[in-house]
Amino acid sequence: MSTQSLKELQEKIGYSYTFDCVQCGYCLPACPTYETMGKETHSPRGRINLVKMAAEGKLDLSDLRDPIEKCLGCQACVTACPTNTQYGKILEGAKEVLNEESTLPFPKKKVQDFIFNRVFPSSKWMDTIGHFTWAYQKTGLQKFARKTGLSNFAPLNLAKFEQVLPNQVSPKVRSSRKGFYPAVGKAKASVAFFKGCIMDSTFYSTNQNTISLLNHAGADVYIPDEQTCCGALHAHSGEGDSAKVLAKRNIEQFEKYDVDYVVNNAGGCGAQLVEYDHLLKNDEQWRERAISFVRKSKDISSVLFELGGLPSLVEKQEVVTYQPSCHLTHVQKVTEAPKLLAKSAPGVTFKEMDDEQKCCGSAGIYNIVNYKEAMEILDVKMAKVKPTHAATIITTNPGCLLQMKMGIQREGLEEKVRAVHLVDFLFERLPAQNSI
Amino acid sequence: MNKQWQIELEKIIKDKKRLLSNPADLLSYGFDGSFGQYQPERVVQPINREEVADIMKLANTFGVPVYPRGQATCLSGGPLPVRGGIVLDTCKMKDKLTIDSENLTATVSPGVITSKIKEAAEKEGFFYPPDPSSAHVSTIGGNVAENSGGPRGLKYGVTGNYVLGLEVVTPQGEIIRTGGQTIKNVTGYNLTQLLVGSEGTLGVITEVTLRLIPKPKSRVSLLVVFDDLVASGKAISGILSSGIMPSAMEIIDQHCINAVERHKPAGYPVDAAAILLIELDGHPKAIEEEMVEADRICREIGAREVQTASDEEDQKKLWEARKLVSPAIAKIKPTKISEDATVPRSKIPEMFERLSEIREKYNVELVVFGHAGDGNLHPNILTDKRDQEEMKRVEMAVSEIFESAIEVGGTLSGEHGIGTMKAPFMEKELGKIGLEMMRRVKEAWDPNDVMNPGKIFPQDGQTKLVLTE
Repeated sequence: MSTQSLKELQEKIGYSYTFDCVQCGYCLPACPTYETMGKETHSPRGRINLVKMAAEGKLDLSDLRDPIEKCLGCQACVTACPTNTQYGKILEGAKEVLNEESTLPFPKKKVQDFIFNRVFPSSKWMDTIGHFTWAYQKTGLQKFARKTGLSNFAPLNLAKFEQVLPNQVSPKVRSSRKGFYPAVGKAKASVAFFKGCIMDSTFYSTNQNTISLLNHAGADVYIPDEQTCCGALHAHSGEGDSAKVLAKRNIEQFEKYDVDYVVNNAGGCGAQLVEYDHLLKNDEQWRERAISFVRKSKDISSVLFELGGLPSLVEKQEVVTYQPSCHLTHVQKVTEAPKLLAKSAPGVTFKEMDDEQKCCGSAGIYNIVNYKEAMEILDVKMAKVKPTHAATIITTNPGCLLQMKMGIQREGLEEKVRAVHLVDFLFERLPAQNSI
Repeated sequence: MNKQWQIELEKIIKDKKRLLSNPADLLSYGFDGSFGQYQPERVVQPINREEVADIMKLANTFGVPVYPRGQATCLSGGPLPVRGGIVLDTCKMKDKLTIDSENLTATVSPGVITSKIKEAAEKEGFFYPPDPSSAHVSTIGGNVAENSGGPRGLKYGVTGNYVLGLEVVTPQGEIIRTGGQTIKNVTGYNLTQLLVGSEGTLGVITEVTLRLIPKPKSRVSLLVVFDDLVASGKAISGILSSGIMPSAMEIIDQHCINAVERHKPAGYPVDAAAILLIELDGHPKAIEEEMVEADRICREIGAREVQTASDEEDQKKLWEARKLVSPAIAKIKPTKISEDATVPRSKIPEMFERLSEIREKYNVELVVFGHAGDGNLHPNILTDKRDQEEMKRVEMAVSEIFESAIEVGGTLSGEHGIGTMKAPFMEKELGKIGLEMMRRVKEAWDPNDVMNPGKIFPQDGQTKLVLTE
């Protein structure tokens, strides 16, 4: 490679960040893929070194692909790193470079473009997916597909995921959503709700429950209807430009509302939202706007906690454990609020699992594209869940929720254990909910 | 085309997942926590002693260098494959961790993480004292090979003081046992202690028997603040000569304090010239008295302030900040050259003066912290290896640190080992014949020079440190 193009590569791939790593290895015990794959090549320290080697022309980009693609991006290493090395930025840089030089076959590239740039950003498309899933579940097609084994023909092990999807609401319910939901009692704060794309299509009722919780905690809730996908999956797949377009559209939409918080309920989306300032740091026009957006963006658990929690929850005896979303823990640095909220529910016995901060293997679409690796990580996780004897695993991200449901299924624990989003867990205990 | 030995190697390690040869894997096993990047030709991950023995037989027959490696937290270049060949990763050998409560010993596989041994011992009410800062990452095999230390070296000694016996695969691929299970053992040459700290140049450790001790009943920590660096040095000898034996006594200079506070504030006083962190352990009544005594001595010598922490949480906080020193200073500049020159305790003030002269003379970012109680200092130079001009000055500064340590009666390494970086200075410390005797030992064990070659001993004509390309 010529000196000039090497320089360009170094610029794009985040070469300068790699020098922050002193190769002490303190990240090794934190890394789920190092644990399951057992190779330095699949450790954060190893990956940083490989990015450096590639940037110096000592390793072909094609040889970098596997180590980078097998990374979950959970960022547990960032929390463990004593020198505060920005692994996330190195990973993102590497993904972009790999994506640019990728020689995906034309149809596959076309499909990826379609999904990323047409489906995710469009609420119509996401609604359609919700409708379709609803119809699939309601018409008996699901039963038929499962019985005949037809669903096993779905590509990329999607059949396995299909089985753990929550029950969908009807299109009628979906279309009846309003743009504003007032606080119960006197309003303490006003929030705008970031509904997310996957959250809103397949976890519609969790979103509605989120609104109820916020109302109960004393918040007026607005739902900007022109909002779009957060762009996390784009950024993590090396589609930086698309991610920027989506970020700008969201900032623009939320700026229309004079609220105290922009609330989200998905760890992964939230992590993307709070990095909009980093994403747009080189954009003169947008930098300041991104910073003020980021300042307001918070996870539902933090907001509920800051509003003083949920008063008068109904008592229910239940042993629970918590599987934190990596992006909530390691990027948003929200670790205590979800636990405190769960513990605040009367009758709850909270059991912490060993290594709770370790990724469950969901990681965006990792479990779909790297199914085998994700399941190995999940098996390690389930081995930590079992000794807690919890009946409920609380999660804070749709991906983690589905993954934990799969874990329960893999272990044959469906009768004894359930996985549930923190929002739904708290919603079940709302007094109004229980009076109906 | 694969070389003959590579074809033979595939017959030994049949599981393809444990025999690595693609470019990304090879580069991933070419570095450690020190300086330099190399490329082995193969990486193997054996799971038992038999595989290790077969690998060594093969390597010895074909004259292929073998580089044993744990988690590669090494700071002196121990596992670097400087001549290609095979990196032998012992991390997958971690099936054994047995505590013998009656004999107070632990028997462990080499790939077991050191902190796990400590945890297992504590569950039985015992104590495994060596505590290198990397204990939660590093393997016991690596710790034994490098004779790792840590803050508790002062009272409890280093890893080597706890190794009773070893199982080792020789460079020719024979499996031997040295030492045993007993505290006293004077049968013949002490091969166990010869192997400890031999940095993987004499064999591959495949099992370790460690001595455990009863867990001290109680522990307190003191944070002592000084406005004068030399006074802090005097306090160290003042405490030790009063008859108190702290379990740890650490010194952190102003540059390091500032680095920690910038990195992750721990509440250290940023205007202090130096702080001492002292840990006392033992019977609660005894340490209560010692605490008062240590406080008095420090104040008499000129300490500005003495804080005590007796509950678990506060102590943890004090010592966690100490563990942050090394990473925190790395923020000063990207390349970190970490040294561990050790001097007689009485020479600590003199060494401090020399280090500050070196800092001035070569205009380099030199900071010092370390295990002052045992004279084990960590002068660190922060630089940027992309800056060739500065690297030249760093080379000279590091050389002068080594020379100074030797001149005041100290040693090149207190706990990190010699590896690649300090080899050129060995003759200065040991003398021509002293080094020659070590070389003869190496040649007797490993006549074909296949076991971690290129370490400890200088190459012909190698008399100075080279960090530049």
